[in-house]
Amino acid sequence: MNNLLTPEIKDWIGRSDTPIPLEVSRRDIQKYAIATEQRVEKYRRGDEAPPMFLFNAHSPLVDLDQLRPDGLTVDALLPELPLKRVMAGGVKNTYHRPIRPGDQLVLTRTLTDIYEKQGRSGPLIFVTYVMRVETEAGELVMEETRKRIFR
Amino acid sequence: MPSIDIAVGTAIEERSHHPSMVSLFLYNAVIWNPHRIHFDETYTTQVEKHPGIVIDGPLQGDWLAQVVTEWLSDDGTLVEMEYSNRRACYLGETLRAGGTVSEVNRETGTISLELYIKNQRNEVLAPGRAIVKLS
Repeated sequence: MNNLLTPEIKDWIGRSDTPIPLEVSRRDIQKYAIATEQRVEKYRRGDEAPPMFLFNAHSPLVDLDQLRPDGLTVDALLPELPLKRVMAGGVKNTYHRPIRPGDQLVLTRTLTDIYEKQGRSGPLIFVTYVMRVETEAGELVMEETRKRIFR
Repeated sequence: MPSIDIAVGTAIEERSHHPSMVSLFLYNAVIWNPHRIHFDETYTTQVEKHPGIVIDGPLQGDWLAQVVTEWLSDDGTLVEMEYSNRRACYLGETLRAGGTVSEVNRETGTISLELYIKNQRNEVLAPGRAIVKLS
């Protein structure tokens, strides 16, 4: 069972999209800390961002009429796939320095893999993205590898 | 309290989570995630065929990070963390995050942990792993 992924789909592996600038605000950290029920004071005060703070930070900001019927944003860094339903697959993060209010970050995302597997209830397509987070000066802050599953 | 003398196999303190419709709404708003399976029950059950509103996979990842950062306190930093979402869970469930020390490296001053999110049936929904460096 290896027939869902055409050469045209596989050809997307290795592509990156335009780097996105992100200015970290104390208030955004505090909102994240409240929504996730953080108990560590430095996160609650917004002095430092919790480890998963930048999850989905690369999501494109598009108008409401650009959302898919399931609510999700049409991802410009994703080929048309034969499976449409999306599930979270997992994350691997490496941390190089803390993220603090006022940080001016640059987020660069690359599609690094597309592969298929047989799941419990049918075929699954896994798409892997690597997001590199740097300061404007080019210092590496963190790197996120994220898997999305299509079923 | 983490120290380089900690024994492999030591459990870190568990924390349980019981997300509400409001907490899930706020989480998805904060991460800018409009996927309807997290707030639109009719759509979720009838179109995507889930048994209920889906608790976000990355929120479970955050809970794994929290058991580690709470345990670590000011004694070190999180260097690396990974987890895999293996099973879904739904609004109304109570989940537990926890873990155990799996490796202590005195040369690098790092401790590795095996982590888990479990449901009330004790099934592992999201296994994970973290490496912390003591300061």
